Amino acid sequence: MKYFILAQSSRILFPCLLVLSLIVLYRGHNLPGGGFIGGLVAATAFILMGVGHSMTRAREMLRVEPVALMGFGLAIALTSGLPGMFLQGAPFMTGEWLPDFKLPLLGKVHLGTPLVFDIGVYLVVIGFTLHTTFSLAQLAASRNDGGAA
Amino acid sequence: MLSALWYSLALIFTTGLVAPTLVRRFGDRVAWFLALAPAGAFLLLASQAAGVAGGEVLAYEVDWFSALGTSFSLRLDGLGLLMSLLVTGIGAFIVIYAGGYMHGHPQLGRFFLYLLSFMGAMLGLVLSDNLILLFVFWELTSITSYLLIGFNHEEKESRWKALQALLVTGLGAMSMLAGFILVAYVTGSFSISEINGMGDLISASPLYMAIVILVLGGAFTKSAQVPFHFWLPNAMAGPTPVSAYLHSATMVKAGIFLMARMNPSLGGSELWGTLLSCFGGATLLLAVTLGLFQKDVKSILAYTTLGVLGLLTMLLGWGSEYAIKAMVVFLLGHALYKATLFMVAGSIDHETGTRDVLLLRGLRGLMPITALAGILAAFSMSGLPPFFGFIGKELIYKAAMKLGGWEFSFLIVALLGNLLMMGLALKAGLGPFIGRPNHEALPKKPHEAPIAMWLGPIVLGSAGLLLGILPFLVTGYLVDPAIASILGESIVRTDLTLWHLVKPNLPLLLSAITIIGGTVVFIFRQQFWTVADGVLAALRPIGAEAVYDKIFNGTIWFSKTQTRWLQTGRLHDYVFMIVLTTTGFLTWALIRYGGLQFGIDWASVDVLIFCLVIIMIVAAIVAATVDDYITVLTSLGVVGFGVALIFSYYGAPDLAITQFLVETLTVVLFMFVILRLPPLKTISEKATRLRDGLVSLTFGGLITMLLLMAMHIQFDSAISGKLAEMSYPEAKGKNVVNVILVDFRALDTMGEIVVVTAAALGIAALVTSGFKKKGDT
Repeated sequence: MKYFILAQSSRILFPCLLVLSLIVLYRGHNLPGGGFIGGLVAATAFILMGVGHSMTRAREMLRVEPVALMGFGLAIALTSGLPGMFLQGAPFMTGEWLPDFKLPLLGKVHLGTPLVFDIGVYLVVIGFTLHTTFSLAQLAASRNDGGAA
Repeated sequence: MLSALWYSLALIFTTGLVAPTLVRRFGDRVAWFLALAPAGAFLLLASQAAGVAGGEVLAYEVDWFSALGTSFSLRLDGLGLLMSLLVTGIGAFIVIYAGGYMHGHPQLGRFFLYLLSFMGAMLGLVLSDNLILLFVFWELTSITSYLLIGFNHEEKESRWKALQALLVTGLGAMSMLAGFILVAYVTGSFSISEINGMGDLISASPLYMAIVILVLGGAFTKSAQVPFHFWLPNAMAGPTPVSAYLHSATMVKAGIFLMARMNPSLGGSELWGTLLSCFGGATLLLAVTLGLFQKDVKSILAYTTLGVLGLLTMLLGWGSEYAIKAMVVFLLGHALYKATLFMVAGSIDHETGTRDVLLLRGLRGLMPITALAGILAAFSMSGLPPFFGFIGKELIYKAAMKLGGWEFSFLIVALLGNLLMMGLALKAGLGPFIGRPNHEALPKKPHEAPIAMWLGPIVLGSAGLLLGILPFLVTGYLVDPAIASILGESIVRTDLTLWHLVKPNLPLLLSAITIIGGTVVFIFRQQFWTVADGVLAALRPIGAEAVYDKIFNGTIWFSKTQTRWLQTGRLHDYVFMIVLTTTGFLTWALIRYGGLQFGIDWASVDVLIFCLVIIMIVAAIVAATVDDYITVLTSLGVVGFGVALIFSYYGAPDLAITQFLVETLTVVLFMFVILRLPPLKTISEKATRLRDGLVSLTFGGLITMLLLMAMHIQFDSAISGKLAEMSYPEAKGKNVVNVILVDFRALDTMGEIVVVTAAALGIAALVTSGFKKKGDT
């Protein structure tokens, strides 16, 4: 059973939410936002797709397993702590920055390891939320099947 | 700069790591190759001997946790040199021996990994110049020896005994760590060489007694002093090469080493002297007496080891230069003959299939080389001239005669101990080889052991004779520097000689009594064995091990009982208990610190927020009283969104956004499970609900009041101000919340995302397991 409005709006909202999540992730260092919030927004996009269409569809859109996303996120976050150690000889997780440069639309850009770390957080949060959602959805679906049989 | 110290440690550890692969590829013979690692380390360290003897100290230091005063610092002084040469030198022979003894064992590679790791840990321990580093290596020896003692892990007995050794030594190590921390508290340093220069400061401190007792707690458990002696004979459950190594030169000597190491800083007082001499003496006498009744060659050796540990402790307690000299000489001599005797016992076991002294006799013809090694070692242990053991024993008597007052009675302890020890030495090292052969009674037809198994014993056994005749080989390079480091002096000159025996003196007379007495004990050995079972059975219920068993079982009982009480497995109970405990503690803290004091500043209350709060309260009441999930969920959603609005109203957009998102997702996730939950009404009784409501109200009320109170406390705003101030220049971010999360406290966030990941895996596992069970039925 599908709801027309929900299905249609999820199709439109999905890319918007994903873009929004990236914006939120990027701007987090200076304005409200960041990896955690961005990750939640991105996960919402997939959940909306899952509710509007089907969880199978949402899984397909994600392409990778949520568990892999969490592992990948953790690895990125961990790696982001290393450059400071090797380049400055500073303690683990010391921030390391590229020189500033300007880009159209974004203006002055600082890129550094804290952003990389935040990307790790972003991925872990997406992975966490979707992993939980998918398993719970599976549970719900199994209940429905059981009821029908 | 890398030094010999660093290389020797690295050599042993890396060889250990590759050992399993090598054994798998090249088979058992690779033991000969693996032995090159400790042998190489031995040569590296021995090459430093001349420098060390000249008072030079080799040090190597890398920063580790400098903020905690802990550095990875190694230091080679006289004592370290003696111990490290024993560890690596005997270690090399043990590796070769193990290759023969464990020939064809399916897990030989693993065994070498454990053995070499242990060796590395032991080497690190004796070279450490930092108390924390020493502690780390100390624990590492406990863990690796646990693996070694319990190597035959299919046997329950073996596992039990390994665990016992681990628990006893591990508990002692905790006490030792506490002692170390107190030492650092008093002296302000964890560096052993610095601490050893501050002996006066420590002994003047009011904490001195606590320090001594705590540190000795570690040393006494590790070196199996009364009343912690019982684990050592039990540790014989390990394969014989393990016993030969751990219980001759290394692990059990770690406690002795620690006491010797700390002697310049902790020693010299009446407390130290009395504790060490009394416990050492008691251990010596108890061990050799119990040893008389043992019928297993390895057990006999285990009890003599115990005796020697007691003797060494006692000598350290006497503390005079003579006593220290005797201790060093005895320690060296003991390592040589005891490793030999253990290996000989292992060879006998390996070739005949038994270690029962009642069956073993007359093996000299069939196992001539092993017999020679065993007899050499037994004679050195008996203290017969011209063996090295003789010099050690003479020195003990000399040192004892210098004691005055009541302490002079230790002379009798030493005499009795030595006398019985000699009897035991002959029983274990001589008995199996002499007498009329009785090969039919043995489980296996005996023949000489392979070269891997007699090489070590014969070399180490002969060393005891060689050093006896030519003691100057070790005096200058090994013994003197070791004495110097134990006494805390830079250079000591002594001379060792056999030849004072040409003119009659009292020590010589005592030696003669020892030898005669020991021989008598040996001759009447049969009599002890006849009554052995009865005596040991009678002693068991009053022994220290019985106490250990009681404590052990009591702990398990306690743990089981409290688990049954607290861990019901119902989420409801856990939450209830957490809330109740928190409420209890908060109330206690409030009463303790003067009760609630707050006033509400009504003027500052915003009408908008006031209305919002009213809505939230109504929603909360609804959530608590209705019986329908959807309503509960919606009402809780109202509360959550209300909180988010408050956040945004007061200028915390990050928190507000997060709160909104989390609330939304919670509702969505909850929808998936709602159908699987039992009706809300049936979950709990009415009485339970009332109880829960009461507790929740108390808890909520208390928190509210605490928050109101907190508003009136003047906090030091320096931290938040500082963070906000540093945010842009230091971390190039204007959003302080985010800067804290990803930069200033990134490690915390790292921990949190790891937890989140683990939680997700846990949830998925729980959900899927419920799903599968459903599928099965």
